[in-house]
Amino acid sequence: MAERYSSFRSGSTTWLLQRLTAAFLVVVLAFHFFNLHFVTHAYNIEFAGSQARMSEVGYYLTMVLFLVTATFHGVNGVYNALVNQGIEGKAKRAAQIVLGLAGLLLVVQGIRVANTLAGF
Amino acid sequence: MSESYDRGLVEDFGRWTEFSAGMWAWVFHKFTGWVLVGYLFTHISVLSTSLQGAQAYNNTLSGLESLAVVRILEVGLLAVAVFHILNGIRLLFVDLGVGLEAQDKSFYASLVLTGVIVVASVPTFLTGAF
Repeated sequence: MAERYSSFRSGSTTWLLQRLTAAFLVVVLAFHFFNLHFVTHAYNIEFAGSQARMSEVGYYLTMVLFLVTATFHGVNGVYNALVNQGIEGKAKRAAQIVLGLAGLLLVVQGIRVANTLAGF
Repeated sequence: MSESYDRGLVEDFGRWTEFSAGMWAWVFHKFTGWVLVGYLFTHISVLSTSLQGAQAYNNTLSGLESLAVVRILEVGLLAVAVFHILNGIRLLFVDLGVGLEAQDKSFYASLVLTGVIVVASVPTFLTGAF
């Protein structure tokens, strides 16, 4: 069998989630970039336009799911990079707590932003 | 069953001449990943000005977009995102057992395609920047 080249421990739930979120993010990140740089140029973005986009339920739900999956993928990626560098014991536990809290705060704040733009 | 692969310490920069395509792909994927997760936090921080109202949001975004350095950094962000996406697709296929024997070629393809997309996007990103 071929040797596996990965920083992540195969067979774990987070290993699978990292790949499932990757498959989702490949599509949504490309859409996000295309939508807000080529369809609407970044230098033309204003509150009213953001509000109009976020008021559509499908767009709102996609962006919230984008936020949650990107946060998980990013924070879990950083955590695995640190584990890969050999952190253990208290340092590993501290990384779990700090990164977990940072991710949670980011999702909460991102949803607050989405709700404000959606007019909730 | 699968085995792990001992890459040694990447932080030992003296080893860079020994790096193979797969190692460079790993280094670039890690680097672009760190940039993207850092940007995600920055992005939500900037968009949080919407909580202070439309004026604060508009002023912040137009203020940032008026800076040439921000426009150039956006091109950099595009390069980082496109490479991470393309190399990520490559990694997903390798994880599925497809294309390991051609992983060096798919890495070079990711680099070339990233370059082409970024160069083609420069006019769109830098319109009115200077």
